[in-house]
Amino acid sequence: MIPHAETAHWIAASVALLLGLVLLSEVIVGTDVFRRRRWRAYLWPSLALVSGVLIWLIAILSTFSTIHLLAHAIWAEAAMIAGAVELAVVRGKLSSPRWSLVAAAALLISGLSFLVHEQNPWLYSRAAFLHHAIGWMLVVAALFPLGRALRPQRTVLWGTGFALTFVLLAVMLFADRDSASIFGHFGEIPRP
Amino acid sequence: MSSEYATTIRERRAHGRRTRRSSARPIAIQLIGPLTILAGIVWAIAQPYRIVFLDRDGRGLYDYLFQPPLLVVVVGLIYALVLAPGLVEDLESGPRDSAR
Repeated sequence: MIPHAETAHWIAASVALLLGLVLLSEVIVGTDVFRRRRWRAYLWPSLALVSGVLIWLIAILSTFSTIHLLAHAIWAEAAMIAGAVELAVVRGKLSSPRWSLVAAAALLISGLSFLVHEQNPWLYSRAAFLHHAIGWMLVVAALFPLGRALRPQRTVLWGTGFALTFVLLAVMLFADRDSASIFGHFGEIPRP
Repeated sequence: MSSEYATTIRERRAHGRRTRRSSARPIAIQLIGPLTILAGIVWAIAQPYRIVFLDRDGRGLYDYLFQPPLLVVVVGLIYALVLAPGLVEDLESGPRDSAR
């Protein structure tokens, strides 16, 4: 039983919300306290890695359109690479703050994929509007990990921005509908 | 004014700021979960047609279990029950050297 696209987006939104809250917690309590328990230190990289694996499943199911297949495959790879690098950072294998450039690249590539794979204009439907909005939001949000790589001393600013990016992403994905006008109700446009 | 008194006042102010900050952090952590749950409940009240249990006509498993307000509540519960207690405990226990 394959879920509708909106259901898959809502599940992804839940993971994004949890990721955002985990990252926000780390900013609030500080990295030292947050990583005091090993499982907590590995939580964010593991969630990113697992979400990459789950997006591969979506990619497999998105064969109705080549561009959807490619976009989901790119998101899966970006999430898995960012998660793997974060795992190595937490483990202590990688120590340079410049490794945040990987997360910045992942967000940038994800944003561009959102923009490229939406073939309808902004105001066509709610799904189209959200794809454009999420795409541009992720492109701009790539500045937070970029800032962390170049100015690592402003940890709170970059960390808060990065965490809130995922909370905002969750809100947008939760608002998604397969067939509805931007501010209307479900069912106004027939489901494909 | 004596430099001894001035130093004491500065130290008291700094200590007050540190205390306020250290007490605000556990409260913030404890609030995140309930606020998330509250957001889900408010959403469910604002859009009751998303809760399929109330209107079951021709709906499938995904419609029952994966509706956004329910998912938001579940995320809030996971945060409040799994993540927040340990974080608050670690915050209140003060600095420590080794990781568990």
